[in-house]
Amino acid sequence: MPEAPKENNNIKIIENATCTFCGCVCDDQILHVDTKENKIVKTLNSCVLGKAWFAEHYLDTSLPECLIDGKKATYEEGITEAARVLTDAKFPIVYGLSDTTSEAQREAVAIADWVGGNLDTTTSVCHGPSGIAFEGVGESTSTLGEMKNRSDVVVFWGGNPAESHPRLFPHYVGTPKGRFTPNGRDDRIFILADTRTTPSRRFLREEEKGGKDIFLQIKPGKDFEVLWTLRALVKGKKASNYNEEETGIPFKTLEKIRDIVLKAKYPTFLFGMGLTMTRGRHFNSGAVLALATDLNGLPGKKNQPKVHAVAKPVRGHGNVTGADNVVSWSTGYPFGINFSKGYPIFNPGEFTTTDLLSRGEADAALIIASDPASNYAKPAIEHLHKIPVITLDPKPSHTSKLAHVAFTTATYGINVEGTVYRMDDVPIRTRPAFESPYKSDEEILSSIKDRIRETLSKNRSANKVAQEPRTDLNKKSKLHTAGRRSI
Amino acid sequence: MSEKMILIAGRNSKQGASLNAGKMKPEYIEATSTVEMNEEDMKKLNVQEGDEVEISRSDAKITAKCGKPKKIEELPSGLIFMAYGPLSSNLMTDGDTAGSGMPISKNLEVEVIAKKV
Repeated sequence: MPEAPKENNNIKIIENATCTFCGCVCDDQILHVDTKENKIVKTLNSCVLGKAWFAEHYLDTSLPECLIDGKKATYEEGITEAARVLTDAKFPIVYGLSDTTSEAQREAVAIADWVGGNLDTTTSVCHGPSGIAFEGVGESTSTLGEMKNRSDVVVFWGGNPAESHPRLFPHYVGTPKGRFTPNGRDDRIFILADTRTTPSRRFLREEEKGGKDIFLQIKPGKDFEVLWTLRALVKGKKASNYNEEETGIPFKTLEKIRDIVLKAKYPTFLFGMGLTMTRGRHFNSGAVLALATDLNGLPGKKNQPKVHAVAKPVRGHGNVTGADNVVSWSTGYPFGINFSKGYPIFNPGEFTTTDLLSRGEADAALIIASDPASNYAKPAIEHLHKIPVITLDPKPSHTSKLAHVAFTTATYGINVEGTVYRMDDVPIRTRPAFESPYKSDEEILSSIKDRIRETLSKNRSANKVAQEPRTDLNKKSKLHTAGRRSI
Repeated sequence: MSEKMILIAGRNSKQGASLNAGKMKPEYIEATSTVEMNEEDMKKLNVQEGDEVEISRSDAKITAKCGKPKKIEELPSGLIFMAYGPLSSNLMTDGDTAGSGMPISKNLEVEVIAKKV
């Protein structure tokens, strides 16, 4: 165990803490916590993003617990007002959830159900297209641990992991030695596909340096054409109508990649926003998922085991995968859901938040642990200014600045214990560093839900749902963080 | 003289790290208001590192500062990169998601011109 610095007796060391900045959700973090100053003064095993995550989420008690129209208010006042806004609204939306615990996510689902509103997560502007593609072509999945132990070819498509997920290669699928990859990096071939060179390319050992790795610099918006051609090639088709000039990738390079993945035992495809945020969207994601499935469908060859290919989307936020899981097992659908008929209906494009805001349909919004006023399309942001917005965030954000009710919350993973899901759907329990006087998202959402239930029960004639919603599993609001223990 | 270019918005380390301090803080604002271009395109626009450019799309216009010039092999001609944030999102002028829920957020066709001092 690392020794605490001798000059400061207030240091508590927490081992196996969980970083929830990105979807890697590294759970081997060692935190040195100054218990007097309530801040993390040193971290071990963190990347540059994790270090900043832990260092910058110190306790700042200058923030008001709640603001209503910019004026200080108590949590109780904010909860009452939030419940009123959501029950009065005709088309309330509940959105966000990527940076909070799964326990809080459950409460948000129940709130949307109670008010017959709309439920969506940041997935809709992240890997929502991949979620649509899963429904179309399926997903051959794997955990990161399986990848570490088995992946001998790693294809990374449409992303820059060196800057977005800095430990993905060093800790999971790049250099670590695995059971069937005992030589670590030397046992793996990497293929990186992007429209530009990024710091991720430095990880490759390309032919010029005597290696076997390949960088594909694809022309913008042409990923689908390349992936579809690869699908044809792995199945032994000629793909004679492939246009090199259109894609920027020579046909011979695709033939080389075909040979590499066909000889691999566990080809692994990881893909990012370069596929989902560009023309084609779910068709692009579907193409890479289908490529993995194509490889799995090939007959085995003599004296060579069958290929087992996997494909996983690389998730950006710490618990966006948790939002997918919670919303899916609660409603049957991953995002973009509407409860106004009393049961969940899934329809991306109709019930996804960008669309609802851009068309001006939402008349109230509960935004949890996300900042759409910073990152959304312009027409959507313009509409957010026109409706009552309720936010839950540990720090001021663009969305909280325009909010009617803005709650300051404790930071998940640092102050709040809870469940988060790593990008490979593995649930991990967080180990908080220090407590916070601010309420957690779960506490506030649970209180809002209770207030909504009281209001709707009193006004049965105005009740939007015929019966108590099935997604409210905690009808008597038992907090999962009750009796919170510190390590 | 303006140039038609393609904007790619994405993450980088500076944007990710500074985001934790807060989106209103100068480090994040700087990280998300810097545009990367290759050296040839910067010559065409008559700009150098540190100069400001105006990037417009439809009725939206933003001002960004030029970062260090990239080599043409790293960033092909006609492509510019910005770290994803409020400025780049301002250029997402179309709320239509083609029924997918996802607005087009990368490969946006924009016009770039050096900002007159």
